[in-house]
Amino acid sequence: MTPFQKHTGLVAPLDRVNVDTDQMVPKQFLKWLTREGYGRVLFYDWRYLEGEKPNPDFVLNRLRYQGASILITRANFGCGSSREHAPWALLDYGFRAILAPSYADIFYNNCFKNGVLPVTLPDAEIDELFRRIEKNQGYRLTVDLETQSITDDAGLKLAFQVNPFRRECLLKGLDDIGLTLRVEDRIAGYEKAHRPSAVMYEPVDSLVSKDSQ
Amino acid sequence: MYEKIWEAHLVAEAPGQPSLIYIDRHLVHEGTSPQAFSGLKMAGRKVRRPDLTFAVMDHSVPTKDRHLPLVDQVAAAQFDALERNCREAGILLFNMQNPNQGIVHVIGPELGITQPGLTIVCGDSHTSTHGAFGALAFGIGTSELEHVLATQCLSQFKSKTMLVRVDGKRARGVTAKDIILAIIGKIGIAGGTGHVIEYAGEAFRALSMEGRMTVCNMTIEGGARAGMVAPDDTTFAYMEGRPFVPPGKDFQIAVDHWKSISTDPGAPYDRVVELDAAQIAPQVTWGTNPGMVTDVTGRVPEPNSFTDSVDRKAATRALEYMGLQPGTRITDIALDRVFIGSCTNSRLDDLRLAARVVAGKKVSKSLKAALVVPGSRHIKAQAEKEGLDKVFLAAGFEWRDAGCSMCIGMNADVLPSGERCASTSNRNFEGRQGKGGRTHLVSPMMAAAAAIEGHFVDIRKWDVGHVE
Repeated sequence: MTPFQKHTGLVAPLDRVNVDTDQMVPKQFLKWLTREGYGRVLFYDWRYLEGEKPNPDFVLNRLRYQGASILITRANFGCGSSREHAPWALLDYGFRAILAPSYADIFYNNCFKNGVLPVTLPDAEIDELFRRIEKNQGYRLTVDLETQSITDDAGLKLAFQVNPFRRECLLKGLDDIGLTLRVEDRIAGYEKAHRPSAVMYEPVDSLVSKDSQ
Repeated sequence: MYEKIWEAHLVAEAPGQPSLIYIDRHLVHEGTSPQAFSGLKMAGRKVRRPDLTFAVMDHSVPTKDRHLPLVDQVAAAQFDALERNCREAGILLFNMQNPNQGIVHVIGPELGITQPGLTIVCGDSHTSTHGAFGALAFGIGTSELEHVLATQCLSQFKSKTMLVRVDGKRARGVTAKDIILAIIGKIGIAGGTGHVIEYAGEAFRALSMEGRMTVCNMTIEGGARAGMVAPDDTTFAYMEGRPFVPPGKDFQIAVDHWKSISTDPGAPYDRVVELDAAQIAPQVTWGTNPGMVTDVTGRVPEPNSFTDSVDRKAATRALEYMGLQPGTRITDIALDRVFIGSCTNSRLDDLRLAARVVAGKKVSKSLKAALVVPGSRHIKAQAEKEGLDKVFLAAGFEWRDAGCSMCIGMNADVLPSGERCASTSNRNFEGRQGKGGRTHLVSPMMAAAAAIEGHFVDIRKWDVGHVE
């Protein structure tokens, strides 16, 4: 996983609440076998008109937000489907950090597994950032995970909280599975003690009779 | 109950770190797994417990002409990948020709793979469905999926707990779907974030297992990853005789164990929400998330009626997308299509109820299509044995083969742009059933009645005989 330490970049605003992962990557792109290449289809139905022509009304298509790498948005970002294609697409598009008042649980988890930092900020601070972006063309922020702070060139400084363990993993880009396999003996011990199993007692095609009772 | 299952599955814990939890059942489908298998391969790792892993094809499968070669070559590559990955790892796979094939959250319980007290995960947010049996079940991303394949464990921070208590008796025509939509309407689509929900009270006790699965299924639409109902005699009666459930004397031993996992009386919850089932009317969503919902007797709301400016904006945008005028009576909304299916409402009970509503009637001429997609091939076979297929076909419905179908529109069953659909599925997000498609979430009875009338109706006024 790509580590995240400190990132400075252009900020793009997505002023919508409850943005679900169906919007980030619509269903027709869930059939690919790779983790790469989803940047092109990020926010597909909002971003493109017929024939994949950029929709001029969609905020990310505006000239001033080209090259943005930080996304600021509203509450409950990433709700709905568990598809990890959503953070893959955000990352592939170029977003390294998201700023929002809250996130859906599965999406929040998935971000940390992919080197995307989801920062939670109070509504008032998110409102203030939306105002600053609107006022200042080329508005940039620095998101520093080490110091847990967000700064702009005009002297703004915001602090944010993140779970220390998640922070550590993201700073170092740690491989989750590798971490778990360090305690492989504990897993083996659990299996020895509990003997988890799934026994098929009857051939699985004998089922119809059960439901007709 | 959540705490008990959590404690029983703890493999390792350390202060400040997520706990390592053992996973009893890992369900896999073609949609979110290929990247996990290839990640595993790249790292030179093996599937630790193929015997606890079960795979099925559901998201992209066609629901008709399954004997013909696949038209969708991208989907075909996905199916091939799943076949190959399962063969190499020794995982039991129900491919689309297998008689056990169906939607992953339908076949797990149907085969008895889902059991009380187990930890169950799947790369699909509606894994919460299995909580209906008193299992701890939740959806995971592809990275977590790879983690479970490699270690049969998952790193998790403990959730908070929420009790949703619904007492009272629901009116005739009010179903599990209406109860869960009413709950989401009350707590909001982020109301359960960070929580595991336990459903308790008279209303859930009175529900069949199918109904409980509908409720737990949509828990994620209220923001909670998992929802649970304590197992009881209804649960045990459903389970007995299923292929993966111990038979005979061992069944009694299992039941005794399952009884012990229920929450102890007086145990505290971080949050408690209460509803009265008698006050719940049939529900219909009017917007673009499941929390935008109202009674069938209600009207499309005025965006100005929302106090919060963000909600106001969201409602305005939703009405624009849905092509609805504020103040319109819900029963005046005319439909183009009806879809009965999905992991929320495609089980025998659902189909029986819907069939009872349509029996002897005809689908409205104003509809372009009405689709019934059973949740599994077993359900399909059983429904056909009971003659339900004939009821639907005679009324003008299409009768299809099992899969996720028009809930997600990854196969050919897509809602065309601008068209309006009464759907028994779980998400009315923009474009969910097809780009530009307009989805109204309802119960199977409501969907069936709407198909007959061409618009929503208060199903409580229909005489459909004794229900449940």
